[in-house]
Amino acid sequence: MTKLKAYSVSVISITCFLLIWHFGTKWSGVPSYLLPGPIEVAKSAWVLYSTGLIFPHIGITLTQMLLGYFLGCIIAFLLGALVAEFVLAERILFPYVVGFQSMPKVALAPLLLVWFGFGMTFKVVLVALICFFPMFINTMTGLRSANPDLVDLYRAFSAPRWLIFWDVKLPSAANSIFAGLQISIVLGLIGTVVGEFLAARQGLGHLIQSSSMNFDVGAMFTSVFTLSLIGVLANFAVRSVYRKVVYWEKTTLTAPVSGH
Amino acid sequence: MANVSMLDIDGISVVYQTTQGPLLALRALDLKVEKGQFVSVIGSSGCGKSTLLRVVSGLMSVSEGSARLSGSAITGPRSDVGIVFQQPTLLPWKTVIDNVLVPIRALGLPIANYRARAEELLELVGLGKFANHLPRELSGGMQQRAGIARGLIHDPAVLLMDEPFAALDALTRERMTMELQSIWLNTRKTVVFITHSIPEAVFLADKIVVLSGRPGTKILEVPVDIARPRTLETLASPEFGKIANQLREMLGASSAMH
Ligand SMILES: Nc1ncnc2c1ncn2[C@@H]1O[C@H](COP(=O)(O)OP(=O)(O)OP(=O)(O)O)[C@@H](O)[C@H]1O
Ligand SMILES: [Mg+2]
Repeated sequence: MTKLKAYSVSVISITCFLLIWHFGTKWSGVPSYLLPGPIEVAKSAWVLYSTGLIFPHIGITLTQMLLGYFLGCIIAFLLGALVAEFVLAERILFPYVVGFQSMPKVALAPLLLVWFGFGMTFKVVLVALICFFPMFINTMTGLRSANPDLVDLYRAFSAPRWLIFWDVKLPSAANSIFAGLQISIVLGLIGTVVGEFLAARQGLGHLIQSSSMNFDVGAMFTSVFTLSLIGVLANFAVRSVYRKVVYWEKTTLTAPVSGH
Repeated sequence: MANVSMLDIDGISVVYQTTQGPLLALRALDLKVEKGQFVSVIGSSGCGKSTLLRVVSGLMSVSEGSARLSGSAITGPRSDVGIVFQQPTLLPWKTVIDNVLVPIRALGLPIANYRARAEELLELVGLGKFANHLPRELSGGMQQRAGIARGLIHDPAVLLMDEPFAALDALTRERMTMELQSIWLNTRKTVVFITHSIPEAVFLADKIVVLSGRPGTKILEVPVDIARPRTLETLASPEFGKIANQLREMLGASSAMH
């Protein structure tokens, strides 16, 4: 009952939003090349999807985002583990971490463009760079947050280091690591679009830009909505993997508790 | 075979390197534990009780004196001690039985050979039906019992217990004390039991060692010659009261000096 109620509120809210949007644009006299109404956007979305014109763009954006994401996250995980485990690695890497951490990574985009050219490599590297830090920091702090008593327990039985890492530290870090994965996926999507704004012949970012040149605002909106859909689905994917992997946490997304 | 020395600690001092310089945690401490004996160690907070256990389990080295276990000097981690921590300290991602088997895994012994023993031990601590549960599905007292089973899995020569019941409520604590006695009567392990609680110390021990405030050193050693199994009536007996009072005075005096 309550669940149904919660959903119906959302549905009502969205309906109201669409109505306001529709009549707002109709009556206010804002020209549709500035702000199209929902029906025009839906039409343009229908065209883009039914002809299949948008799919190569979605495909390329997804590919770039995922390649960059996995590349960045894997390197970040490995370096994070190295720094957490070995003091020497920390001493060597720490100055760079501090230096890079507060730098807005997109500022490096033009430089990367010079280095890697206009192709896919440029965007993948940009996304990887953007995904790197949240994952790196979260892996490192997660691995270090392991309960020292658990580590002592293993040490008291002369357990090899890799076993302590595998049995104790890695699972202790799981929550943190997944937080990193979740932040990174959102940032990765932003990075992909920025990269496509700068240099691309395909991709949703490129589609937004090229349709803005043609004053095709409907296509722009369609691309933006598609991007947010990708964001939502990616987030959902990370969360379902989390629930599978981190089975020992009580993670069933708590439905709002209500007395009646 | 009586009076075989299992644990032989002779004049040890232990120093921690802290940000404020070296800190003496234990000073010239002697402790002898015979095979099969249950020894309670009691002392105020911060007097070095956990430090003593870290020394015996080989996680910390002494700066003076010597510590020997079953006749050989303790130089590092070794397989003949079992540890039970103040908190249950179970791995939340492993089932209860896998948690009990952790020492076997850490020692690199074949797990399959110990599964049956793990089941027996879980039976002994009353968790037979919970072998395949995750720790979070157990109450605090049950988790602590799983911790005790884990301490015994590799049949250690000595079981070290660091305030194992401190995190439990008073009722559970009392019940666990009774259960520990029966587990001990069944296994006759050598036990070093650390506690803050005077009744707990007296109830369980063959011998009680009182430590002074930091740096910890032995200020009193009392034998407890009360027949076993001890029961709730024991708590009201005059011998029990006499020893408890003696400890209370001693601990009061040592903390009054600060
Ligand atoms: N890792 C450490 N580094 C520096 N000093 C420490 C460390 N662990 C303990 N100490 C110091 O050594 C002293 C003894 O600590 P220990 O943990 O052995 O006390 P304890 O008797 O077990 O206390 P409690 O009853 O509160 O558990 C304390 O005063 C503490 O300040
Ligand atoms: Mg302690």
